[in-house]
Amino acid sequence: MSRNKRHSKSRLNDKAFRIVGLVCTISALIILGILLVDIFSKGFNRINWSFFKSLPSRHASQSGILTALAGMSSLIFFTIIIALPIGILAGVYLEEYGKRNRFAKFVEINIANLAGVPSVIYGILGLTLFVRMSKLGNSLLAGALTLALLILPIIIVSTREAIKAVPGSLREASYGMGATKWQTTSRVVIPSALGGILTGIILALSRAIGETAPLLVIGALVYVPFIPEGPKDQFTTLPIQIFNWTSRPQAEFIVNAAAGIIVLLLITLLLNGIAIYIRNRWYKKMRY
Amino acid sequence: MRVKEKIIEIVMMCCSFVTVLTTIGIIVVLLVDTVRFFSEVSIVDFLTDTQWTPLFSDKHFGILPLLSGTLLTTSIAILVAVPLGLIIAVYLNEYASAKFTGLVKPVLEILAAIPTVVYGFFALQFVTPLLQNIIPGLQGFNALSPGLVMGIMILPYITSLSEDALRAVPGSIREGSYGIGATKFQTAFRVMIPAASSGIIVSIILAISRALGETMIVAIAAGQEPKLTFNPKESVETITTYIVQVSMGDVPQDSLEYRTIFAAGLTLFVFTFILNNISFWMRKKFQNKYE
Repeated sequence: MSRNKRHSKSRLNDKAFRIVGLVCTISALIILGILLVDIFSKGFNRINWSFFKSLPSRHASQSGILTALAGMSSLIFFTIIIALPIGILAGVYLEEYGKRNRFAKFVEINIANLAGVPSVIYGILGLTLFVRMSKLGNSLLAGALTLALLILPIIIVSTREAIKAVPGSLREASYGMGATKWQTTSRVVIPSALGGILTGIILALSRAIGETAPLLVIGALVYVPFIPEGPKDQFTTLPIQIFNWTSRPQAEFIVNAAAGIIVLLLITLLLNGIAIYIRNRWYKKMRY
Repeated sequence: MRVKEKIIEIVMMCCSFVTVLTTIGIIVVLLVDTVRFFSEVSIVDFLTDTQWTPLFSDKHFGILPLLSGTLLTTSIAILVAVPLGLIIAVYLNEYASAKFTGLVKPVLEILAAIPTVVYGFFALQFVTPLLQNIIPGLQGFNALSPGLVMGIMILPYITSLSEDALRAVPGSIREGSYGIGATKFQTAFRVMIPAASSGIIVSIILAISRALGETMIVAIAAGQEPKLTFNPKESVETITTYIVQVSMGDVPQDSLEYRTIFAAGLTLFVFTFILNNISFWMRKKFQNKYE
């Protein structure tokens, strides 16, 4: 009797959890849906051509994201130029050259730690190191150097993953033909791993585009009525512009913020989509 | 040829060394100004004073109000994300069809790709007004709304890492459990979760660390009032918000007020550093459990 009871109770648990699990999963998706619908309904009508080509203004209806988009593009350009070579070479070194040595192990622990450091702390580092000590001021270059340090762990880790996936037989074939280690690395291993490396770079890019806190800490301006022309110029970015509009009490600026968010989300999701597409294609190829 | 190979290797080694320099840089930068800060403010006051008012004329330098704000928002986020994330992970791994899982997982990952300033906007402009209709006395800036939204933000960290941990448990263990007559529910909660527990704990620790350091959501929606309170209906200030607030204001550098952000930053860094190292150590220790 009691055994039957226990048996039917666990059957009931099973059915109940099937429903609870489904409800929780669907709820998470619905929350994402609500977020997107809320933002699109608030900001979609504000998006027009003049929103893209207007300077920021005291009047919400005349404000645009031209300087924010320009500042963001330049910032990301410099960030990538700085972080890309260092990140890829470091990743290649750790996976291909220093696999078993103590230096590589130490660096690995170190990178795991860096990946967990809050971005606002990178802001404090950039403020002291680049803005004040290197006397770069709150310039594009100071921002790019700060963001480069922030995304370096992402690029290194994904480069390592990509190189790990390259089959050993390719390397052996290259060595067999008398190639040196660097020839093998640069002409066989890196080209085969390119899809995976590229995926990591795009994801790092998407991360850099969405960053706000470290840039606020290094003193990126919230009001920039000009397009930066060189690495020494002051700048603003789209997330900072959105933050500025969000913290205003007037409803018109909230509409602007929502419209800015739609643009930011489209850029971010597009980049993530491209990254996933490249990764899937590359993984198929890697399974020879 | 030899020489060229060697030079390339050294250049690459230097590139890896940049990450070590970054860590050293962070620690030195935080320590130097924190030491100068503590030459003017006693460390006992810093740890026990219940007020944080460096920007007022009556100055108090107690970190506790910032710490309580940080812990309060983080706790709310964890209370949302851990149960929800674990249930979703178990459901997707043990119950749902492969097709459903394949469809849902990438959509959930979108949650991790959304910039945090967007979540901040959502908390302030949607969740807070909604909650104010339900909860009387909820302030316009409060700990509850950004806490909940932060929970949604860290949800994908818990689901995807826990799912990886569950998937790493060998099928034979699950089949053994079915073989002795256990139901799916019993298998999931008494066999699979205990077997995957180290990976699940790692996912929770990383999520906590992420929530402690989150800045924009709380800076936008939690307010800027350092208060020693655990009432989620009130406005609070987190360590991260304070750092942003001071660096956006016009505090003169080389002043005591300016150095407070280094002391606050170091406090935050110590917390996340300990959590990250625990999770790294656990991952190393248990990663080969089933190989």
